[in-house]
Amino acid sequence: MPKIIENVGCPYCGCSCDDVRVTVSDDGKEILEVENVCAIGTEIFKHGCSKDRIKLPRMRQPDGSMKDISYEEAIDWTARHLLKAKKPLMYGFGSTNCEGQAAAARAMEIAGGMLDNCATICHGPSFLAIFDNGYPTCTLGEVKNRADVIVYWGSNPAHAHPRHMSRYSIFPRGFFTGKGQKKRTVIVIDPRYTDTANVADYHLQIKQGHDYELFNAFRMVIHGYGNDLPDEIAGIKKETILEVAEIMKNARFGTTFFGMGLTHSDGRNHNIDIAISLTRDLNKVAKWTIMAMRGHYNIAGPGVVWSWTFGFPYCLDLTKKDHAHMNPGETSSVDMAMRDEVDMFINIGTDAGAHFPIPAVKQLKKHPWVTIDPSINMASEIADLHIPVCICGVDVGGIVYRMDNVPIQFRKVIEPPEGVMDDETLLNKVADRMEELIAKGEA
Amino acid sequence: MTTKKTLNMITQRAIEEGIAMEIGKTSREYFDACNIIEMNAQDMKELGIMKNTNVHVKSESGEVIVKAVVGRQTCYPGLCHIRQGVWANQVVPPRTQSTGAPQYSGFPVTVEPAPDEKLKSALELVQGAVGLWKGEQHA
Repeated sequence: MPKIIENVGCPYCGCSCDDVRVTVSDDGKEILEVENVCAIGTEIFKHGCSKDRIKLPRMRQPDGSMKDISYEEAIDWTARHLLKAKKPLMYGFGSTNCEGQAAAARAMEIAGGMLDNCATICHGPSFLAIFDNGYPTCTLGEVKNRADVIVYWGSNPAHAHPRHMSRYSIFPRGFFTGKGQKKRTVIVIDPRYTDTANVADYHLQIKQGHDYELFNAFRMVIHGYGNDLPDEIAGIKKETILEVAEIMKNARFGTTFFGMGLTHSDGRNHNIDIAISLTRDLNKVAKWTIMAMRGHYNIAGPGVVWSWTFGFPYCLDLTKKDHAHMNPGETSSVDMAMRDEVDMFINIGTDAGAHFPIPAVKQLKKHPWVTIDPSINMASEIADLHIPVCICGVDVGGIVYRMDNVPIQFRKVIEPPEGVMDDETLLNKVADRMEELIAKGEA
Repeated sequence: MTTKKTLNMITQRAIEEGIAMEIGKTSREYFDACNIIEMNAQDMKELGIMKNTNVHVKSESGEVIVKAVVGRQTCYPGLCHIRQGVWANQVVPPRTQSTGAPQYSGFPVTVEPAPDEKLKSALELVQGAVGLWKGEQHA
């Protein structure tokens, strides 16, 4: 009889929804149905039991084709190349559990290389601003139960975090927000008229790249200098700014969710810096919090795991062996790639082939490239070695950190394809093999 | 009517792209979801193109052929959007302002009609960039 598993975690976006209901077949090998999950999450669960899953590592041959090899050969090849490389880079971890991220830290410490995660091209600038200016944040549960004013600034949850509005921010009825959406005011600040803007009470169609000025304008109003504003700032009329600032000042509990619109635009960390300053200003007259819309279900994970391991969340330089060092711009993946500083690249739980600017991909491809990923993607199709692994939340469990840094235990719902390893096991075996080679004097 | 226009480009996630990505980046769904440029109707009119016309997009760091549409999530005149992914990243500048994050949002591109140019597949673009593309048998 099919088995129903309740409260399963979804391995897609930073919402890390943990209320998914999965129906699995008798033999525990097939997913028959998924409920309480968005369209993207559904595809991940469907992919988990696809017959096309890659089951063995594949090595690129001189003619460009790929040939199946054993896990032992793949582990040995990776370990030897890691030891041979002067400055190997392991990057990714958007779709990896914390156990895998800890094993990666162990492996790269032995290899003496660079360790970086997807934050480097996403919310890395947010980390820099948080270091500089603090992070007056909260949990998503508090937003659900308390928030009456929601700001989405440079983020589009209707597309990137499909259940964010229904589960946490706009629509749910919480303890002090019993009327749900009816008693909430939603403000969307975005240069496009997005589907999120479509459900907002106010859409401020800001001129792209001028967020800093608009934050400054709101700060002026909060500080009592609203009358000194020019007629228009960043494409927004003065009257609109004054009206929205008034709503912010009168919030019982407000939350600003910010996304890639701020971290990818000119100004980068400075856009977040001033967003945090505005939150601090608002806290003099109301209660306000701020939260980064983290992209993947456990992309907060490496930040947490590596901070407690090495003291830094991303862009880690472990080449000194006895101490860690972090300096984005110098130790960040894309910058190192563009200067051709790394001489081996391991892409894990992400797809640098599709999501890095192509000049960076070309530079990285000059050197040995390993892709560790359950799927065929751009990074696997240009790799010298592709090692398949389990899918966290589908055929392996583990701890993940949601976008508000709340840890959640994900569970496996089906058995992995026979012989396929999870990230933690694989990376620990690579680390063990490196230790063996060093002990034998072969490194 | 102009034949070439400089627009401000951004690239962000779309749910269609997210779904297609999980189906697979070599799939037809991913191809259809990501090889489009969304721009304002006025800009399309000035370029003298109808919807679904292929255009040539060029930035400081690369170029790509994509299909022009207005899109549901509209841009104001002068702004354009290619969904995040392989096609967008052919033109995204890798400069990071010393933060590690490339210039995914807000960089100048020139757009000109290219109705006779063909759209390339994701594999052709990425494998082609690194010298691994061997023709359609890999697609």
